[in-house]
Amino acid sequence: MTIQQPQIDTSPKVSDEVRRTTCYMCACRCGINVHMKDGKVAYIEGNRDHPVNKGVLCAKGSAGIMQVNAPSRLRKPLRRVGPRGSGEFREIEWDEAISTAVGWLNELHETAPQKLAFFTGRDQSQSFTSFWAQNFGTPNYAAHGGFCSVNMAAGGIYTMGGAFWEFGQPDWEHTKLFMLFGVAEDHDSNPIKMGIGKIKKRGARVIGVNPIRSGYNAVADDWVGITPGTDGLFILSLIHVLMKAGKIDLDYLSRYTNAPVLVNAAEGPEKGLFLRDSDGKPLVIDRVTGEPTAFDKPGVRPDLSATYEKDGITHRPVFHLMAEKYISDDHAPEAVAERCGISSKRIRAIAAEIARVAFDEAIELDHEWTDFRGETHSKMIGRPVSFHAMRGISAHANGFQTCRSLHVLQILLGTVEVPGGFRFKPPYPKPVEAHPTPHGDRRPGRPLEGPHLGFPRGPEDLLLDECGTPQRIDKAFTWENPMSSHGLMHMVISNAAVGDPYKIDTLFMYMANMSWNSSMNTKGVMEMLTARNEDGKYVIPKIIYSDAYSSEMVAYADLILPDTTYLERHDCISLLDRPICEADAAADAIRWPVVEPDRDVRGFQSVLIELANRMNLPGFTNEDGTPKWKDYADYIVNHQRKPGIGPLAGFRGENGEKQGRGEVNPDQLNRYIENGGFYVAHIPEGADYYKPWNTAYQDWAVDMGIYDSPQPYLFQLYSEPMRKFQLAAEGHGDRQPPEHLRQRIKDTMDPLPIWYETDQQGNDGFTVNALTQRPMAMYHSWGTQNAWLRQLHGRNPLYVPTKLMREHGLQDGDWAKVSSPHGEITVPVMEMAALNDNTVWTWNAIGKRKGAWALQEDAPEATKGFLLNHLIHELLPPKGDGQRWANSDPITGQAAWFDLKVKIEKAEAPSDAESQPEFGPITSPVGTGPKDLAWKVGK
Amino acid sequence: MTQLPQSTERKMGLVIDLDTCVGCHACVISCKGWNTENYGVPLSDQDAYGANPSGTFLNRVHSYEVQPAEGPAQLIHFPKSCLHCEDAPCVTVCPTGASYKRVEDGIVLVNESDCIGCGLCAWSCPYGARELDVAEGVMKKCTLCVDRIYNENLPEVDRVPSCVRTCPAGARHFGDLGDPDSDVSKLVAEREGMDLMPEMGTKPVNKYLPPRPKDQIEEQIDILAPLLAPVAEEPKGFLGWLDKTLEKL
Amino acid sequence: MHPAPSVIIFTTCSGLGFGLLFFLGLGQPAVTGFVAFVFYVIAYALAVGGLLASTFHLGHPERAWKAFSQWKSSWLSREGICAVAALIVMALYALGAVFLHSHWTVLGWIGALLSLATVFTTSMIYTQLKTVPRWNMNLTPAMFLSFSLAGGALLAGAEALAPWLLAIAGAVQLAYWAQGDGAFARAGTTLGSATGLGDRGNVRAFEPPHTGTNYLLREFVHVVGRKHAQKLRVISLGLAFALPLLLILIPVSGLVVKHIFALLAVLSHLTGVVVSRWLFFAQAEHVVGLYYGKR
Repeated sequence: MTIQQPQIDTSPKVSDEVRRTTCYMCACRCGINVHMKDGKVAYIEGNRDHPVNKGVLCAKGSAGIMQVNAPSRLRKPLRRVGPRGSGEFREIEWDEAISTAVGWLNELHETAPQKLAFFTGRDQSQSFTSFWAQNFGTPNYAAHGGFCSVNMAAGGIYTMGGAFWEFGQPDWEHTKLFMLFGVAEDHDSNPIKMGIGKIKKRGARVIGVNPIRSGYNAVADDWVGITPGTDGLFILSLIHVLMKAGKIDLDYLSRYTNAPVLVNAAEGPEKGLFLRDSDGKPLVIDRVTGEPTAFDKPGVRPDLSATYEKDGITHRPVFHLMAEKYISDDHAPEAVAERCGISSKRIRAIAAEIARVAFDEAIELDHEWTDFRGETHSKMIGRPVSFHAMRGISAHANGFQTCRSLHVLQILLGTVEVPGGFRFKPPYPKPVEAHPTPHGDRRPGRPLEGPHLGFPRGPEDLLLDECGTPQRIDKAFTWENPMSSHGLMHMVISNAAVGDPYKIDTLFMYMANMSWNSSMNTKGVMEMLTARNEDGKYVIPKIIYSDAYSSEMVAYADLILPDTTYLERHDCISLLDRPICEADAAADAIRWPVVEPDRDVRGFQSVLIELANRMNLPGFTNEDGTPKWKDYADYIVNHQRKPGIGPLAGFRGENGEKQGRGEVNPDQLNRYIENGGFYVAHIPEGADYYKPWNTAYQDWAVDMGIYDSPQPYLFQLYSEPMRKFQLAAEGHGDRQPPEHLRQRIKDTMDPLPIWYETDQQGNDGFTVNALTQRPMAMYHSWGTQNAWLRQLHGRNPLYVPTKLMREHGLQDGDWAKVSSPHGEITVPVMEMAALNDNTVWTWNAIGKRKGAWALQEDAPEATKGFLLNHLIHELLPPKGDGQRWANSDPITGQAAWFDLKVKIEKAEAPSDAESQPEFGPITSPVGTGPKDLAWKVGK
Repeated sequence: MTQLPQSTERKMGLVIDLDTCVGCHACVISCKGWNTENYGVPLSDQDAYGANPSGTFLNRVHSYEVQPAEGPAQLIHFPKSCLHCEDAPCVTVCPTGASYKRVEDGIVLVNESDCIGCGLCAWSCPYGARELDVAEGVMKKCTLCVDRIYNENLPEVDRVPSCVRTCPAGARHFGDLGDPDSDVSKLVAEREGMDLMPEMGTKPVNKYLPPRPKDQIEEQIDILAPLLAPVAEEPKGFLGWLDKTLEKL
Repeated sequence: MHPAPSVIIFTTCSGLGFGLLFFLGLGQPAVTGFVAFVFYVIAYALAVGGLLASTFHLGHPERAWKAFSQWKSSWLSREGICAVAALIVMALYALGAVFLHSHWTVLGWIGALLSLATVFTTSMIYTQLKTVPRWNMNLTPAMFLSFSLAGGALLAGAEALAPWLLAIAGAVQLAYWAQGDGAFARAGTTLGSATGLGDRGNVRAFEPPHTGTNYLLREFVHVVGRKHAQKLRVISLGLAFALPLLLILIPVSGLVVKHIFALLAVLSHLTGVVVSRWLFFAQAEHVVGLYYGKR
């Protein structure tokens, strides 16, 4: 070769500076390195030191640069000038915005705080926003958990003191069999991908249970294309097979669960509750003495089998009741196969593989540890089978019990908090007893007596006033959904629109696209938000909304408080809330303004503080009447929930050397920034497994401020709180459910996990399951405006299984009319073979309203994209008795999105080739984005 | 310089694991981000917020359904970028010498200041690895992050292509495929890594690891004794077994 | 492949222009003076016009001069060199014919050969591409050359040769289509080999990587109008060869009528070749389309 190849610079300067903060392109909270050039964001990559993502970053994270510079960013506070829904606003100054809001809110605070409904959507500051609402005095506060995954969270906490995702994770280092149920591609994002990659490298088996074989299920070694809504049936059948074969961990069950706890068999108001000693401790029979003994007495060896005779009545342990229930032939694989769409042979094969790995491939770690009864164990036994599940199993009306079933399966196998199994992340494990009960009192001018959301122990904790009227606008913690621990955000607007249980004055929302993809019955919600009384005034008189972007919801508010993007703000991802912990460590993180906003916008949390200060809200005001904090950053550093415990656990104390508990450190945020935006406190070896019962962990957690005292507890295979609701429905106690709910409560609130068919009333002729998933590269509607991400997913077809394509004579690109008892849509279809034969699905939240998100009106998101939401109503079709029941789980109120049944028919292409229904454009308050992009900030 | 070197000192390339790729597009966007800001002209986007958004990408993730003779259909995510072929037709067709294959590491690059944007290199590539940037009229392609892998301004651990660094599932590996003892070469040997379109004679350096066999559980597991042999048929019998077993514990 | 007007015009016109130059170089017709001037204007207008049209599809036409450097490996580079050489040599030859009324025979032969070589190198740009099996055939250069010669003969008024060359070109065209229709299948490239997944089962393209379009799809996947291919083939064959043949073989009397018929024959041929070239591109399937489930 005679000609020289070009000389190129292989060591160009990468950036002027790297600023490390926390991603917010989804809820995964990865650490990011933001490379800056000339003060601008040049490139974003994952932070290698960060506990969540360890350097990797998903498509959304890398596309952050397009989000921070998105043309859809709101620029200034807005006051509505046109009718609601028009999108016509005038820009106002912050002074006017704040005084308008204070003018509306202060009167409510002083006279009728419940007339403010304050709900936050994709909020990562819930411990702060709830604190604000609590001090405002309104009972009407929640985040979006009620329509997201409360079944998963509550099912886990009531059963074992924690659930999946933020609560815990598989032991990726040791697990040999990983089974995931109903996991959409975003829950959670990078850690699951990293985990799957890690275990696949070891050749461990992955089993995916999901009607749709995409994403994680596509890489699963075995795919179980289950019929939606039957996961519980399948799991209980696995339990049946495993119990019948004796493939359960008896030692684990006897020591760490309530399987040996005696259940009162005497007829009366105590029937089905635990026998307890005078201190209220549940009793077990001690195998050593044969006597009923408190479960936690040092040295006690609980007997799984022994019964207790008293007054001629035989009280039996929980485990007897389980054997009776689950060994019954109702749960045999042959009895469930057809309904689940899984052959009995396959169910048995999966059970056998679980048994083989759990028991034949058990592992031992040489870590000595001491349990709460004082017994020291020389080894940690691991059963290397782990599970993960998300919305696919929880967004059904039987989701709570299904989630409980899955947790019970894990517990029977002895795979929770053991090597190779499922591991909690601090502040979990945390039993129900360590959580608050809900609070809903209404006292003008005074704060709520406790947090809004909690975990009811029985009917006494329901939020009903003397005549049985719900205290909350969303009817959370009522007989309709007694254990609705995350509230019911999806019912707020529809209840407020009809004034049931009462009328409200102001609806205040944050980051929740309720007039579009975050609501069932989208069109109905738009109508409710714009409905007027006879006097011409809006039924919901005032709506305040905060968002960083020109989302569909903006058009429906009267006052817009423009938020910053995630790189322009302070945030804390706190141990008081939903931290970034790992199974081996407690960890929390911050966001900080790595760039200053170039618009007249303010971080929402700082605005809340300013509102609180103007109203002198208790909790925000010193005794001398001065405000405690000037902005959110000030709050993050200086707020103390309890003495020494604040939003951030790291770098506390005068010198920043204390963790968990410690005095306020004014330099705390700088220390976080220096440390990469996060803090990690590692759990010592020997304390890292068996956490609920491990003395070393419990002591460490107390030091960290996670508990005030050790909280060892038993896993609740049998849920006593559920039995209490059932007892009420059977007629015991003062607080009685209304007659029309009595039978449903008896049927569904079984203290042992059950499966029931979800309510298909009015669904005759609608036989095809219809689901949505979120693409991995996009999260809710936020991603759709992103110039890079929208090229990946700019439209969403309805994916139809090959069988239904053939039956209906459909080909790719054809149109189909999809109808439900509630509505119909006409949309383009695409064939998918790797899909349950009777299920159709689409990507969620790609469809856009014309005029929103600064996209041009002919953008494919607005012309071809569509929402399945139009087919789903927040209420089920009317029953014979005239009642319309909520389309929710009867236990938790979780929105039952995935119970949707549809009919599909081939249709002519709409005349304008646009998906139906179409909505008129809304006026964009920010115009539309530029035509072309060539984004390079460096020279 | 469009003649190919007789041989290259190393054969740097990627190994992509189709068994592990979950199709998340992380590599696609990370690549877009790095290569917009770095080597050569930015990767532009046309009609970025309009009806037909279309931009330049150096790496794209396809997805395919495979219907085996027996069992359910499989979905396979399939990332694809330049394979840095040993016999790269895109290099020899270039009329200006803008396209070249580096002697030291085999990376195929475009010297953008010599590129006339004729598109012939893209025509000659069977893999669709080259895209003409509409805004600048020059050919863009994967550089294997040549401005990262030797970059002394980056920590050593980060001297890998941005797609590899970011891949959450660890489905992308980078190394010298000319060295039989390298980790990537061993991986290829162990997992029977394959070439795309071998019949084209391009001798791609990048290799793909095939997905492992799927949906075999019923064949692999004996669902009867001893794993699932019932200890009892009825709850009563079960409690009897329980008593006996607990005695032994 | 995308049938870009620039490349259709380029290959059609320059083929015709260099075909004419070929005949002029051979002294057929042995014209001089103003008549020669007219012939050379036509030839250069077609050849240079075609070449200029080809630069419209370049991203950076101002750098086109760089394309002369890579003659060792690149057919496009060779084409550029041949074209420039042919145009220079023939320009000198034309100077002699127009102004000096002399035919420098050797120079003419060299010019003729270079003209033909230009057409051949053009054809090799397509022929060399394994990625487009319909082009990757010996019949591709045969087609380009035979078209060029037939068109050149027609323009040159080579009455004796033109009918034969038209007939040959028509036959080559038919053979090209016949062989081309099975080329993709014979090449053996399938979605199975493209993905390496073929031995696992039937491979089907599911979602494309991006829901929108991209350079590759715009450039390589062109399905619009393909369903009319058979009709267009008949039209192309009729216009490019059959009708011109008829027009020049019909015995007519009178020079004016004869010239009108010749002009009609040329226009018909030109139109027919344009249609053929449209089909040449539009029917050519690039293997990369397999990755997108499209061809």
